[in-house]
Amino acid sequence: MEKTVNHKAWFLVLPVLVLVAFSAVIPLMTVVNYSVQDTFGNNVFFWTGLEWFEQMLKSDRMWNALGRQLVFSAIILAIEVPLGIFVALNMPKRGFWASVCLVLMSLPLLIPWNVVGTIWQIFARVDIGLLGYTLRALGVNYNYTQDFFAAWTTVIVMDVWHWTSLVALLAYAGLQSIPDAYYQAAKIDQASRWAVFRYIELPKMAGVLMIAILLRFMDSFMIYTEPFVVTGGGPGNATTFLSIDLVKMALGQFDLGPAAAFSIMYFLVILVISYVFYTVMTNLDKRDGVA
Amino acid sequence: MTLQLENVSKVVSGRTHIYPTDLTLQNGTMNVLLGPTLAGKTTLMRLMAGLDKPSSGRIRWNGEDVTNVRVQDRGVAMVYQQFINYPSMTVYDNIASSMRLSGRPADEIDRQVRKTAELMKLTPMLDRKPLQLSGGQQQRCALARALVKNAGLVLLDEPLANLDYKLREELRIEIPKIFEESGSIFVYATTEPEEALLLGGNTATLWEGRITQFGPTLGVYRQPVDATTARVFSDPPMNFLPFEKRGGHVVFADGLDVKATGQFTALADGRYSAGFRPNHLALERPGPEALAFDTTLSVSELTGSETFIHLDHHGQRWVGLVHGVHEFEPGRSLDVYLSLAHIYIFDGDGRLVAPATYAAAA
Amino acid sequence: MAQITLKNIAHSYMDAPSEEADYALKEVDHVWRDGEAYALLGPSGCGKTTLLNIVSGLLRPSHGRVLFGGEDVTDMPTAERNIAQVFQFPVVYDTMTVRENLAFPLKNRGIEAQTITERVQRVAAMIGMEDELNRKARGLTADAKQKISLGRGMVRDDVNALLFDEPLTVIDPHMKWELRTQLKRLHGQFGHTMIYVTHDQTEALTFADHVVVMHDGRVVQIGTPEELFERPAHTFVGYFIGSPGMNLLPAEVRGDRAVIDGHEVMLGSGYDDLSGKVEIGIRPEFVRLTDEGGLPATIKRVEDVGRHRLVRAEVLGRPVNVIADEGGPLPSENAQVAFDPARINVYANDWRVEGRAA
Repeated sequence: MEKTVNHKAWFLVLPVLVLVAFSAVIPLMTVVNYSVQDTFGNNVFFWTGLEWFEQMLKSDRMWNALGRQLVFSAIILAIEVPLGIFVALNMPKRGFWASVCLVLMSLPLLIPWNVVGTIWQIFARVDIGLLGYTLRALGVNYNYTQDFFAAWTTVIVMDVWHWTSLVALLAYAGLQSIPDAYYQAAKIDQASRWAVFRYIELPKMAGVLMIAILLRFMDSFMIYTEPFVVTGGGPGNATTFLSIDLVKMALGQFDLGPAAAFSIMYFLVILVISYVFYTVMTNLDKRDGVA
Repeated sequence: MTLQLENVSKVVSGRTHIYPTDLTLQNGTMNVLLGPTLAGKTTLMRLMAGLDKPSSGRIRWNGEDVTNVRVQDRGVAMVYQQFINYPSMTVYDNIASSMRLSGRPADEIDRQVRKTAELMKLTPMLDRKPLQLSGGQQQRCALARALVKNAGLVLLDEPLANLDYKLREELRIEIPKIFEESGSIFVYATTEPEEALLLGGNTATLWEGRITQFGPTLGVYRQPVDATTARVFSDPPMNFLPFEKRGGHVVFADGLDVKATGQFTALADGRYSAGFRPNHLALERPGPEALAFDTTLSVSELTGSETFIHLDHHGQRWVGLVHGVHEFEPGRSLDVYLSLAHIYIFDGDGRLVAPATYAAAA
Repeated sequence: MAQITLKNIAHSYMDAPSEEADYALKEVDHVWRDGEAYALLGPSGCGKTTLLNIVSGLLRPSHGRVLFGGEDVTDMPTAERNIAQVFQFPVVYDTMTVRENLAFPLKNRGIEAQTITERVQRVAAMIGMEDELNRKARGLTADAKQKISLGRGMVRDDVNALLFDEPLTVIDPHMKWELRTQLKRLHGQFGHTMIYVTHDQTEALTFADHVVVMHDGRVVQIGTPEELFERPAHTFVGYFIGSPGMNLLPAEVRGDRAVIDGHEVMLGSGYDDLSGKVEIGIRPEFVRLTDEGGLPATIKRVEDVGRHRLVRAEVLGRPVNVIADEGGPLPSENAQVAFDPARINVYANDWRVEGRAA
């Protein structure tokens, strides 16, 4: 059924458009403005063209941060997506326990980012934190402020703890939409548990899973608060992800020009990767029409 | 009041859903849109309601151009195939909702709701929520909601399609009665010829976005203007057998050669197609002049009180409908009979040349 | 393939059913003979799907045993019962091709590739989808998908039974014809035991050798289409089979006459004295409108449905439907209706009473 075209409807969207202009477009233009100029304060600006961009592209610092960022996002997705699906598959389908599960699962999602960071920062401390202390007591050489591996593990475990429920809840919603007849037919066809997952559950979850992956990717690619609170980007630069680096550059060193160029490139990277995801997602539906 | 479609068409992204159509519906009439799925019934209704704007043409109410008037301002009621009610309201509130919106006095609303509920046999269920009702009762509630609006135009889009056939049978009897009490224009879309015949009134047959014929229901049924209309208005579809008129003789495709009588007499020499309805094929010779055909029975279907027989006559696939319960062995041969009086004659382009004599007389 | 025996089966969805009304399915004792086609016919909520699910093993009955051949399968899971089932909504594996879909049940059972290829080819020919074997199942129309579900059932030649749960619900009316006919032909060719659940009388009567009519959790009649039409065992069968259903008139029966409000009607055979609610039933097909010799009637409405006319009359305060031929005059004043005595059935408390042999 096609939609009725009504040009007056644009008036209803107008306030939102104005709001978006103020909150997104204008700040973005400011950033563009900074990225092509230099300043020594006093509101005096010099035109520098693409110099900052060139400098950033040549700097190891940005490439390293980008590399760390990609590795981090890849690890997060590789853990959270399968784990989320696994949890969703094992949640009760209906009844009292289903509600209990849903509530418990949503709890981590309700906690503010910086609080999550603080919780883990304390939890993992080797002197007073339950986790850090226990690990130490067990003889594990664990100290996230000094050890590269421990720092990464902590940040990853923290993110998994915080966000796996999101993937699980989305996957669960996808599973709930599968009619009983499918499972009954599979029983009759003597399909194995794996075949049921591969040919019924996974295809029916594909849509929501793509959304989950996209959300998790974008969010993890922009991660800032938690590692900032827990490790502060250290030890060394071990957990200095893109946004942490960016803030250091812009606010720590007050290199506004390079930081602006950096953030524009950052923005473009996210845009490109999201676009690729989106295209893959929509083609997934079309591709299957004719094999 | 009249509803007039003038040269109305609908094209969506290059595909024509409705070809330019002229149609005038009179006040206080029942109008059936009959056609298979995707013939354009729903599209035409949406255009009438104002839910869609036509790609070309005008829509007039009482001569006044309403093409650009919003659906909310037109006084239209619509009932869909799905049972659409407000799930959180009682049946009473559901029926009252539209009158409350238009701010009518409470005692009038109450009177109207009770009257309509009585008519739709919903009185005992007024305090229940729609989901506690059976499918038939839910659809009655939706119908009541449409009726009470007192709209000038009531559109019913296959309202009985989702119901069990026994409930369909009951509501089919009730709908014409309700219609007689209101003075509105009723438009009723259906895929089933029998439903059109039971509703009576006028029928427009639709085929691939075109209205092939519009007129009194029985008239369209008895004297279809072309083979397409005859096919649409026959379930199972009409059977055909090519023949040639040669001199005073009629020679059928299977070699059967008879003297031209009745509607065949005045026919010019040439090739034609004979069309006849399934129910006119008989298992016993109805009269001495009847034609006899040898056929092979592929399968027989029972409807309870009648039997459909699927036949093969030298490569022509026919369906017969006979009274009573007959079970035949698939694959057996069967002689069937047909009176000349029951044959419609169509020319090479499918246009009706001569109606069956029985129909011309009726 | 096997004969299926239901021994005193009853089912309630409640934990502790106490009275008869708690049972969705009241006691059923029935044998489904090997290789025959059965239909379970009844309105929604009559217990027909419950019964089907007990046969397929998706539901364990509260009481009674299910036997396949001689083997008790009451506690056997669905997968081991070796049955095939087609559901109301088509179930296909979207990401597989049509070929893979058809091969799936065989592959799961570890059948060798050569045999699978042959059988898939054969089934594809039966359901008329040979040209679409390499197409993905996603994006096919509902009826094509339903044909695949059907094909997945037919591809195993060792199934104990093929079960259908309202398989044509989502199919376009014009396609129903074709699928119905195809099913009937397939049964003729392969002779599986088939059980078909539906609320549509045409589907049931066309498909089945024996129709099981259910009403309110009870089996009210098992019979051939002819028996259901001519000798409905229960007033519900009379109402449900045929369109419109059977006319019912309260009467007193004395020997071979029925008396309605003082008017006598001849019956086809004699009856012993009956107690309780006594009615006579006559189908609209066997009622004639006449000028004399019948019961006085008022014609309320005439509906011309083309091939015949449906006359809605009132006889002694009761509605009576009459089917009259197309064309031909109808009596306008002093209309009367006459019943064909041989076609009248007599009911006591809704159940048919057999007449004395003449």
